Amino acid sequence: MGEAGGLVTRPDLLTVAGAAPPAEEEGWLQIALAHRGISRRRFLGFASAMTALLALPASMTPQIVKALDTAKKPTVVWLEFQDCAGNTESMLRSADPTIADIVLEAISLEYHETIMAGAGAAAEAVLAKHVAAGDIDILIVEGAIPTADGGVYCTIAGKTAVQHLQEAAAASKLVIAVGACAWDGGFPGLGVTGAKGVGDIISGKPLINLGGCPHNVANTTATIVHYLTFGSAPELDQYNRPLFAYGHLIHDQCERRANFDAGRFVEAWGDQGHRNGWCLYKMGCKGPQATYNCPIVRWNGGTSWPIGAGHGCIACASPNFWARMSPFYDRLPDVQMFGVDVQAQTIGLGAIGAVSVLTAVHAGSVIARRSRGRGKAVVAPDGTVVPEPPTPAAPSDGSGTSA
Amino acid sequence: MTNVVIDPVTRIEGHLRIEAQVDGGKVTSAYSSGTMFRGMELILQGRDPREAWIWAQRICGVCTTVHAHASVYAVENALGIEVPPNARLIRNLIAGAQHIQDHVIHFYHLHALDWVDVVASLKADPAKTASIAQSISSYDRSSETYFKNVQARVQKLADSGQLSLMASGYWGHPAYLLPPEVDLLAVAHYLDALDWQREVIKIHSVLGGKNPHLQTYLVGGMAAAVDPNSPNVINWERIGFISERIKMMRAFVEQVYMPDVIAVAGYYPDWWSIGAGHKNYLAYGGLQDGNQNDQSQFGFQRGIIVGGDLGKVLDLDQTKITEAIAHSYYTYDGGATALHPWQGETNPKYTGPTPPYDALNTDSQYSWLKAPRYDGMPMEVGPLARMLIAYAKGVAPVKTLVDGALAKFSAQPPVLFSTLGRTAARMLETVYLLDLMDSWLEQLVQNMETGDLRIHDGTKWDPSTWPTDTELEGWGFHEAPRGALGHWVKIGKDHKIANYQAVVPSTWNAGPRDEKGQTGPYEASLEGTPVADPTRPLEMLRTIHSFDPCLACAVHVVDATGKEAVRVEVR
Repeated sequence: MGEAGGLVTRPDLLTVAGAAPPAEEEGWLQIALAHRGISRRRFLGFASAMTALLALPASMTPQIVKALDTAKKPTVVWLEFQDCAGNTESMLRSADPTIADIVLEAISLEYHETIMAGAGAAAEAVLAKHVAAGDIDILIVEGAIPTADGGVYCTIAGKTAVQHLQEAAAASKLVIAVGACAWDGGFPGLGVTGAKGVGDIISGKPLINLGGCPHNVANTTATIVHYLTFGSAPELDQYNRPLFAYGHLIHDQCERRANFDAGRFVEAWGDQGHRNGWCLYKMGCKGPQATYNCPIVRWNGGTSWPIGAGHGCIACASPNFWARMSPFYDRLPDVQMFGVDVQAQTIGLGAIGAVSVLTAVHAGSVIARRSRGRGKAVVAPDGTVVPEPPTPAAPSDGSGTSA
Repeated sequence: MTNVVIDPVTRIEGHLRIEAQVDGGKVTSAYSSGTMFRGMELILQGRDPREAWIWAQRICGVCTTVHAHASVYAVENALGIEVPPNARLIRNLIAGAQHIQDHVIHFYHLHALDWVDVVASLKADPAKTASIAQSISSYDRSSETYFKNVQARVQKLADSGQLSLMASGYWGHPAYLLPPEVDLLAVAHYLDALDWQREVIKIHSVLGGKNPHLQTYLVGGMAAAVDPNSPNVINWERIGFISERIKMMRAFVEQVYMPDVIAVAGYYPDWWSIGAGHKNYLAYGGLQDGNQNDQSQFGFQRGIIVGGDLGKVLDLDQTKITEAIAHSYYTYDGGATALHPWQGETNPKYTGPTPPYDALNTDSQYSWLKAPRYDGMPMEVGPLARMLIAYAKGVAPVKTLVDGALAKFSAQPPVLFSTLGRTAARMLETVYLLDLMDSWLEQLVQNMETGDLRIHDGTKWDPSTWPTDTELEGWGFHEAPRGALGHWVKIGKDHKIANYQAVVPSTWNAGPRDEKGQTGPYEASLEGTPVADPTRPLEMLRTIHSFDPCLACAVHVVDATGKEAVRVEVR
């Protein structure tokens, strides 16, 4: 069976999207894929997987394929600041498409400290060229940005993280913050380096936040594909997070949910319930108050996810989760059992523990300030911040959040 | 004399700046600077020690797992917990997978482009590459067609004018010495390794829920439940899944990584005598096959080698560890220049140039790293230290591996004190770990077969079982891919973390000078490194990359407020 025949007679290759692309696209696809020099099977598999993840009709697959096969690949710059490179590692684990397909075929990743060939002046020359030309299509940021003491807590080539971010953002069409740190300051945000999220530093640019510790590369890839295909972000919530990834409670999507509803709980690590895969709520699981598509997309090519592997969720894709969700082994208060439908948008943002309350004074004020700045959240009398229901929005301009 | 600055040093984790003076085509002095600081350990204070590992793991996403590993051991040591065998085996399988995957990624994706000219690979004859490949390995992807396709892929990239990650490389540099056919071989395996690493690390996903930042550690064991007859946990099907990936590890390491390192090294014989540094080596040991403090059960040995003397391995005495700050952005109360971690303080005080800057004040403070010393001496940690210590102690499988590799080059052990020695030791260590992986999985299977399904010792899980009249102190040791890692914890009478500190591999290696002016290992190793073109210091990158730098780990992750909060206590 030839490749051309494969497209028509192997609809199973496209079962993720549920249907084969229209036959009339075939000739065009052949040319496009030959030009790109990659296997049609792999390329179509990627496009249809993206179509499914974004919950688009299968008939959109050819449009995605077409967008990805532009003559000029989009220029992408990835900057790292107060980071652990965990989001970079997550990107390297990308399965659909593979990382080689991304950096060789889908985009031109011109700057990425962890894996780029050049160093020092040679590396900075590439960045400077794109900053001067203003031709960065997508700027991806990993890590928090320290603002205290003139920015001395992170310098690259002698320049502060703030300066790098502002210069690169000004030269970019779209900015994506990956991971908890780049989104809201993350772990470093609790320290004294004045660590902030991207949205606190830049303004006037479309910004998409892809929280998580780390981000799940499947969501990031899908977001990028959507942007390249349609020229806009997928629908976002009040935190500029795509609804397809952050719009539903983990608890509602969890494979162990039936055990929760039936009152079957793990009571001790390694007990019979644990071995049966029962609910981890009593062991501190934060799934009932966390949103993410972790249970659906899972990790490492869909292999598993934390609850699936036997440990509770720590709500790593939730706002300021470090401050709000520790102690991680304490049971969540006020989780309704039956007959109460908890919606993602009605989850409070109160911290759950004594230590958290202490350390969250700073973080909480950041949330409150940020939320007030956006005018999309309500500060409750007890000081907690409750977001308004998510409304689909174009990428925010990121403004209104700088100090 | 020419000043050379490399900032950022890329193909590493984190933010590293190297300044060097080059004279007569060689580095005469070098300065290593960590340029990023987060400040973490204060944040751990007052928290539940059982969750310290969740936070500590975020010290690094490249060295994911290793800080979780050291952290749970530290708290278990404080509480006097010995984890059940299955938990130890699962931890070891995770750690072994981390080492093997990380070492292969290091060679192909972080280090290879120091030796391999990607653009030159376009000139290769794929038929000759196939013939070379088939002569050194039984790896099945070695046909002429295969290499032709890889070359076509690289050609497409070059023709597009958008070179992506390859845009800034030093292609055509005179220090590249491989024939184009070997360049092509390495480029093909660069791409294969990208696929391989993604697949084999699924071991972490099964045992840890996800990678990076695994989520199944517990103080007292692991949360990865084991039951051969349950569909939802580690059962016979999952064991098969893991076993298959260990086989994939072995195949790639033995058929690709090992022959490639040997082949590439063959074209760079000078590098067996470049980059030695101080020749002092330190390892804490780890990967226990039994009680966590029983050194006879260690997969990696503990010890010290001084001045390249392989005839004598000294016992490690922790009380001889100090951290110097004369050239670091910190102060010690009372003006001390070096303190044992027990008395450690971290008062950050940036005294460097105001950004944007062109040069550091290398005469005064120039790094966010402290300078760890053992008995006053700088120490190199990592795969070379581990392999040398095991070799000198006569560990049979290590001796066989090292002697076998040396025989291929008709060389003696001292050649290992070098840039290439580090790269070779990392590969040999990877091979060494394959048998351990098999053995750990086999033990886990035996336990499942005999009905031992314990994964957690819960007797101390409830903090109400902990003493209220005394503070507890503990330490956890681990040999991370990059070297000796220690976490120290102090638990207060209120059962919260009173103090926490980590002393990390890349701090040992990448630290600056001390109060006596003694260089750190990176700095010492760079001295004498040839530099053909100071504007393209490719050779310096070879030596730096041979250490596999991880700067997120290295920067002292302590109290950023200057309080006495992170005093470390060690029993």
